[in-house]
Amino acid sequence: MRGAIRFDNLTLGYDRHPAVHHLDGRIEAGSLTAIVGPNGGGKSTLLKGIVGALKPFSGRVDLGGLDAREVAYLPQAADIDRSFPMSVYDLVAMGLWRSRGMFGGIGKKDHTHISEAMAAVGLEGFERRAIGTLSGGQMQRALFARLLLQDAPVILLDEPFTAIDARTTADLLALVARWHQESRTVVAVLHDLETVKKHFPETLLLARGAVAWGATRDALSPEHLLEARRMVEAFDPHAHYCKAAS
Amino acid sequence: MYDLLIAPFADFGFMRRALVGGVALSVGAAPMGVFLMLRRMSLTGDAMAHAILPGAAVGFLVAGLSLPAMTIGGLIAGVLVALLSGVVARVTVLKEDAALAAFYLVSLALGVTIVSMRGSNVDLLHVLFGTVLALDDAALILIAGITSLTLGTLALIYRPLVLECLDPGFLRSVSRSGGPVYLAFLALVVLNLVGGFQALGTLLAVGIMMLPAAAARFWTDDITGMLLLATLGGVLATVAGLLGSYHLGAPSGPAIILAAGCLYLLSLVFGPVGGLMRHLRPRRHLEA
Repeated sequence: MRGAIRFDNLTLGYDRHPAVHHLDGRIEAGSLTAIVGPNGGGKSTLLKGIVGALKPFSGRVDLGGLDAREVAYLPQAADIDRSFPMSVYDLVAMGLWRSRGMFGGIGKKDHTHISEAMAAVGLEGFERRAIGTLSGGQMQRALFARLLLQDAPVILLDEPFTAIDARTTADLLALVARWHQESRTVVAVLHDLETVKKHFPETLLLARGAVAWGATRDALSPEHLLEARRMVEAFDPHAHYCKAAS
Repeated sequence: MYDLLIAPFADFGFMRRALVGGVALSVGAAPMGVFLMLRRMSLTGDAMAHAILPGAAVGFLVAGLSLPAMTIGGLIAGVLVALLSGVVARVTVLKEDAALAAFYLVSLALGVTIVSMRGSNVDLLHVLFGTVLALDDAALILIAGITSLTLGTLALIYRPLVLECLDPGFLRSVSRSGGPVYLAFLALVVLNLVGGFQALGTLLAVGIMMLPAAAARFWTDDITGMLLLATLGGVLATVAGLLGSYHLGAPSGPAIILAAGCLYLLSLVFGPVGGLMRHLRPRRHLEA
């Protein structure tokens, strides 16, 4: 199924210490999943593993034949150079890369799409503004407009609403709901459990391993949350080799 | 007026050659400078210029003051240093600037050693500071060829190159062109420096690359405008520098770079985008 993501005994980490440890499971195509868990629980690491930015220690991520570059990914802190002389319009237009590539011209239709995407995130009138003049929330809106144009079957969001005000969050959540309606697979790392309960049908509670995974209400039960909190955050410098790895 | 601006070029062939060479050099090098500046790699050009030296020196040893030998040698040395530091930065814990610093310093020491063991100090000065007034046909063709290649390649890689500067993470997520495009860009930088060292010498060649770019930054927030302005600034500096050197009897290479420096100072003070005047005399703010 196009858009499904399967983890086979997946271990990801840094400097031989696992951040995601022996994860098995499947994110269904067209599902809307929140990833929740303590800091250091491997949430961002898992997203990096899905897009191939991090090579697994063991196991694998199966994108069902989808190329990793067809996955739209909004990192926690996008490494955008805000001082770069570029207009908001051009930043959003970068979302067309997949359809236009290195040389493709931007036609009339594309300009319509770009304008529509900017309107959808409430950034009309910002076209000529330099990206350096945007506030944090406005920047996030622009990045969501870029995601809209990417038109990807799988969309990964890493803490997209951190340090974003309530109104912007609501607007952007509406876009997430729209992607879900369009049967795209959406995975978002989130910390606000109220948002998760209200808007995300599925939840993966991650603390290196999956503490719980399934319908949000079950996954976020008090027992599960308590268990996730017990995860020891620091890497153990004297850790033994993982037996399951042999 | 004619005597001041036109006559030197009309009367003397070497001035015309210097003009053609300098203008061609500016057209290729200034856009490189803009991208180096936007990537916060303004000093990389300087480092690469030093790295070219041993290659040119080996070429000099093998074939004397021969353009092809010194060019090919410089090219090999420059590309080697660029590639090695690029690989080290990507594979090991060392960052790009440290990797480049290590390689270019070794390269520079090697170059100076070779030149001083075999050549005289005059030769070293020639390599370091160039002779824009003694450009022969071969040198002109080389510079023109490098500029053409630069502009053509730049047109091809423009989109991913801009993306690589602005948001490398995004480019990685949609395309694998980031690495090759970056290396192609570094190769172009080396090429332009090699082209420049005939005319201006290895050290001053960086000046025609970076000064117009830094000056252009003060006039516009638009990257296309910046590229055009930087090119224009380079050409202007070449003309002004050559005329200045002719009338004042100053050495021509440094005069060109000094002219570019004047452009930079003017821009720094009067430039409307973040210049000093703007800083000292802020305009009234708006209502919304």
